[in-house]
Amino acid sequence: MINVIPPALIFIIGAFFVPLFRGKVKSVYLLLLPVVSFINLIYISNGAHGVINFLDYQIIFCRIDRLSLVWGYIFHIIAFLTILYGINMKRDNEFMAGLFYAGCAIGAVFAGDLISLFCFWEMMTIGSVLLIWARKTKKSIDAGFRYALVHFFGGVILLVGIILYSHENGSIEFGYIGLNGLGSYFIFFGFGVNCAWPFIHSWLTDAYPESTIMGTVFLSAFTTKTAVYVLARSFPGTEALIWIGTLMTAFPIFFAVIENDLRRVLSYSLINQVGFMVVGIGIGTELSINGTAAHAFAHILYKSLLFMSMGAVIYRTGKINATDLGGLYRTMPLTCIFCIVGAASISAFPLFSGFVSKSMVMTAAADKHLILTWFTLVFASAGVFHHSGIKIPFFAFFGHDSGIRTKEAPLNMLIAMGIAAALCIFIGTFPGTLYSILPFPVDYVPYTMPHVMSQLQLLMFSALAFSLLYLSAIYPSEIRAINIDADWFYRKGANGFLWLLDNPLAWFGNQVKTTFFVTIPQSCIWFSRNPLVALKMAGNNIAIALFEESFTKEKIERIRKRITEELTDYPGDIIRYSHVGTTVIWTMGFLLAYLIIYIVSGRIAL
Amino acid sequence: MSKKYLFDNPRNVKILLILLFGGCLALVIINFFVHKHAHFSWEEWSGFYAAYGFVACVGLVLAAKFILRKIVKRSEDYYD
Repeated sequence: MINVIPPALIFIIGAFFVPLFRGKVKSVYLLLLPVVSFINLIYISNGAHGVINFLDYQIIFCRIDRLSLVWGYIFHIIAFLTILYGINMKRDNEFMAGLFYAGCAIGAVFAGDLISLFCFWEMMTIGSVLLIWARKTKKSIDAGFRYALVHFFGGVILLVGIILYSHENGSIEFGYIGLNGLGSYFIFFGFGVNCAWPFIHSWLTDAYPESTIMGTVFLSAFTTKTAVYVLARSFPGTEALIWIGTLMTAFPIFFAVIENDLRRVLSYSLINQVGFMVVGIGIGTELSINGTAAHAFAHILYKSLLFMSMGAVIYRTGKINATDLGGLYRTMPLTCIFCIVGAASISAFPLFSGFVSKSMVMTAAADKHLILTWFTLVFASAGVFHHSGIKIPFFAFFGHDSGIRTKEAPLNMLIAMGIAAALCIFIGTFPGTLYSILPFPVDYVPYTMPHVMSQLQLLMFSALAFSLLYLSAIYPSEIRAINIDADWFYRKGANGFLWLLDNPLAWFGNQVKTTFFVTIPQSCIWFSRNPLVALKMAGNNIAIALFEESFTKEKIERIRKRITEELTDYPGDIIRYSHVGTTVIWTMGFLLAYLIIYIVSGRIAL
Repeated sequence: MSKKYLFDNPRNVKILLILLFGGCLALVIINFFVHKHAHFSWEEWSGFYAAYGFVACVGLVLAAKFILRKIVKRSEDYYD
């Protein structure tokens, strides 16, 4: 019985009405949708709502508890900010795709069973592909197809897992699953594809930078964080996640250092930040799950803020490569300041949001004495400051003067970035508010003297390293180039596969086709035109081959000549003339044979 | 006509760098007066985080520049 309106429905149905409005009414409508949905969400009490019985299963559209609410709140906030950010770009298709996509992510977060989770999960892919295609360049269309293929592949794995799991357990309830049984492994991997695990991460860095200005902001918030949520819900304390997360924090920063496209740099640091959340899930203590939730909340804000500032740069300059940018602080000072706030937050400077959320995961790792993980996380913290905290603002707004003199970003973009920046500082300065909505009660104090000191040391000396490397020209200069990543395997691999299909396999197929459908039937037809002559020629040929030594030369010549003549004449005269007597003898012979068979078989039967 | 902006003046860049170096130095000095309660013994070493941050970043940049870039760098039209 449905007694509440699931928040996802407001977004998804609302998306389809976007084209009906014009001008200011449309802007108001777009901004009101998330607000209305948020108010609706606040008034829904905790528990399972929107329960429908479908076949033998219970579909739960709206399961509200403290874990899902963290994601529900931030998804609403960021949907509102992203729409505000893009409201001046009157693109219906992007707003529709974005609202639909956000609605599906919210639906997935509040899904209480595996079937509705899977449906929202797949619909989310459709929404995000539409956002990537909205750029309408060849690159974005290709990237969108690759994105779709990877995610539908992941979706099929997830579906297989859900079927196996529900068969094994007789339940489709979406709760703790844990690695136990074949189905759970499929589900685990299906979630992992969306979570951008190492080696299956490259859909993210491939596609996100190809989307539109607003599309990338939408994309950065929902897909990976939904995956973090479902992992936190169903696989907390799974040790494999510690190692997967640790790897995720470390390897992208190397790529980020040498990447030229600044939105791709941010995409790599997105994977790095999600890595911290995955480690938190893997540790599985109350502190670490709180840390994962808090970090997801804070991360969505500052990562969107960073993508917004880079979007504003594209909006004004049309460029995003570090080689083409630089010195923009002169004419875009506010965008620059907001970008620096985002950079300080992702780097976890004290008083900014990353400081109060990331440290929960790191403390949880230290509590468990995970030495290698802890060292990697500290390294990744320094590294993320290096490429997201310094590189992004430095190469866009400072660095060499590109000579570009443009206008400040439009007012609505500035307001959206301003609100996001203010929230980053608010969370960092008054963490109590964020802590109060976390899944478990928090007794963690981020602002202690040693913690602030150690974090400041780490960051300041990272900055020192950057300055010294930059001043001594060791820092890798930006190069107009791309860096291949794991997507190489399917981008080049697909070409290789096509070559394999086009060449050896196509040749083999052709051979099979000609043999069975051309050569053999035609030979049969040829043979049946005059079997006797054909056999005679074959006999002559065999005779020559066998008795070449003993025949005289003239005889061989004669036989050869006859074969050639017969071959030219073939099938020749196909009627055979014979005497009536021959026919009579044949008839007698058959009758005799019949008689013998009759007698012999009669004897045997007796 | 060209307007002068904040960092067009080399003096301002110098001030920024001095602030950075000074800040680093100040942190190292303050560090000796902070009581630490750490999870790991090495966290109590003076300047552990400073040294680790510096070494990590230098190592990161060198590895990315001289190893990773050698392996993965391709021309911009590589996939076209």
